[in-house]
Amino acid sequence: MSTPNSPTLDKHSSALDAAENTASHLITVTLRVRRFNPEVSAEAEWVDYRLPIDPKERVLDALHKIKWEIDGTLTFRRSCAHGVCGSDAVRINGRNRLACKTLIKDINPEKPITVEPIKGLTVLKDLVVDMDPFFQAYRDVMPFLITKGNEPTRERLQSAEDRERFDDTTKCILCAACTSSCPVFWNDGQYFGPAAIVNAHRFIFDSRDEGGEQRLEILNDKDGVWRCRTTFNCTDACPRGIEVTKAIQEVKRALITRRF
Amino acid sequence: MSTDITDAVELTGSSVAPYSPENPAPVIEPPRARTKRTPRSTRTNFEMYGWLFMRLSGVVLVVLVIGHLLIQLVLDGGVQKVGFAFVAGRWASPFWQYWDLAMLWLAMLHGGNGLRTVINDYAEQANTRVWLKTLLFTAVAFTIVLGSLVIFTFDPNIR
Repeated sequence: MSTPNSPTLDKHSSALDAAENTASHLITVTLRVRRFNPEVSAEAEWVDYRLPIDPKERVLDALHKIKWEIDGTLTFRRSCAHGVCGSDAVRINGRNRLACKTLIKDINPEKPITVEPIKGLTVLKDLVVDMDPFFQAYRDVMPFLITKGNEPTRERLQSAEDRERFDDTTKCILCAACTSSCPVFWNDGQYFGPAAIVNAHRFIFDSRDEGGEQRLEILNDKDGVWRCRTTFNCTDACPRGIEVTKAIQEVKRALITRRF
Repeated sequence: MSTDITDAVELTGSSVAPYSPENPAPVIEPPRARTKRTPRSTRTNFEMYGWLFMRLSGVVLVVLVIGHLLIQLVLDGGVQKVGFAFVAGRWASPFWQYWDLAMLWLAMLHGGNGLRTVINDYAEQANTRVWLKTLLFTAVAFTIVLGSLVIFTFDPNIR
């Protein structure tokens, strides 16, 4: 960078600089991981891992570094690793996040970073939880297009405004960050949970769908939307920025306006 | 529980492990997990009416309770004036009788329903739920009946 009139040399030296800087950019962080292995112990415990890492990397990279270089027995889920598949929702520093969307520098690397499995679901090993009850609630709201009459010969058209009505809730990736941040769900797994309601909302407010009445009836039950205490944990937790609590309230309003 | 192990595998370290791949430890299941068969559909609007009642009775109670507190504690000489004669004087008018009756019923049902949701949210065992709710409903019914009885059978000439 110091010799601006010789481009080749400059490129070379800046690349060298970058390489040198990268090494110095590494900081040492402590990852405090909640580990549980039923084949060894009935108790879960915190295990600290200290590792050098670029603060611009993500928590998932740190977990990879632990698994690949320090301790291969660490177990966690991840697929796409880019915030689309929703596999790696974990509780980082007490908040539900996607490990693949959380940068180390954003969560105060000075202190130990705690990583735990999401709450309210059975922990199978380390950060892996049993998602069956979560997906059961999802299935129970019938998350598919329901129509009456004959199949049209061309596509089902929809205006831009009608599409906009439920746009927010189409973003859900079923990572369970919202449902497992809900205090009602922690204490009572019978509650549908925010994610199932969001996915019901996506069809209830879809102008092409004709199963809205059935879905509202399902969510009107005692473990449906009326158990929501509007604590907004779900909205805070959603890695896709869906206004989850707002969607739940819209379903409540639809139920009330349907009756009166 | 926090341990300070660096780069260590604490879990595999113990030599006498009571659990093995053939004999794993029991996992901790969350309360009342949803399965294919739960929850059963009841197809009633009870929860919706409960939710609506909480909002509406809450608004009415704000007026009733603040009015009650003003009359009892602030206006016209404060709390010192409240005695048998004061209560007898107020309950001579049906307006105040019905004011107090509405306040009693709404406050008991509002509070009772609130505690019912708290029990639903926090009690994990089915038995605990049943017993707590039985206790709650009994207390609510008893207070409402006793209070209504007092308001309507109040006799200012009692000695």
